[in-house]
Amino acid sequence: MYKGQSGMWSWLFHRISGLGILLFLFIHIVDVSMLLFGPAVYNNSVLLFDWWVVRLLSLSLVVAVFYHAFNGIRIIAIDFWRKGARYQRVLFAIVLVVTIIVFVPVAYIIMQPVIPWLIQWPPRAIVGK
Amino acid sequence: MLRISTGRGPRPVGGGFETFSWYFFRISGIALLFLVIPHLFIMHVSNNVNCTTYAFVAARYANPFWRLFDWLLLTLALTHGMNGLRIVIDDFVRSSSARIWLLSVAALVLLAFFMLGTITLITFHPAANVGLNCV
Repeated sequence: MYKGQSGMWSWLFHRISGLGILLFLFIHIVDVSMLLFGPAVYNNSVLLFDWWVVRLLSLSLVVAVFYHAFNGIRIIAIDFWRKGARYQRVLFAIVLVVTIIVFVPVAYIIMQPVIPWLIQWPPRAIVGK
Repeated sequence: MLRISTGRGPRPVGGGFETFSWYFFRISGIALLFLVIPHLFIMHVSNNVNCTTYAFVAARYANPFWRLFDWLLLTLALTHGMNGLRIVIDDFVRSSSARIWLLSVAALVLLAFFMLGTITLITFHPAANVGLNCV
């Protein structure tokens, strides 16, 4: 069976993460193109990515990239490794575990500079220092 | 029902665009592992994102290696991603006229973003005053 089992979830997560990364890629090509308008304009787009809200959003990009990359390796293993299909379920578990193991320290490093803003009360949605 | 007990998964045969697409996903995917993960690491782990400023890019793009690296990243990520979107459109859009219309829009979007990214990478020339190192 396929529906409701690991094969369905790995496929669904692969699609959703792929479409999410593609959406970010469109945004990213536009924000990089701000380089052509000089330092003041470009640094404003950097300031946007420095905002803690956008840092939180970027965590979803990071987890999507890691999952998509590791599950991509799993798909290639199923296609080209003789025993790949036999171990696809174990490989899926490994993909999930490795994604989490790699994601947690990277997420901490990304959020660490803005922890003072996250724990302040009342919260202030400000850009920059 | 798909039942696989032993051996490899099915591989496409017969040539044509879909076979090319199947191999392209895998080959560009492997290349992207070596492009995206280092890129992510450089921008978010070994640097704080608030220091990836105009000055940072100007210093980076003084070396043509990084322009080539970023252009490969742009080209492979965009073609891999838009090929994925093509598959999603084929899967979910039942009406053939709507499908052709959406695929045409997707092709134009691919071309537009590829051109915008390529123009940025080629024509970027740092200003005399590159501004702050970190915002």
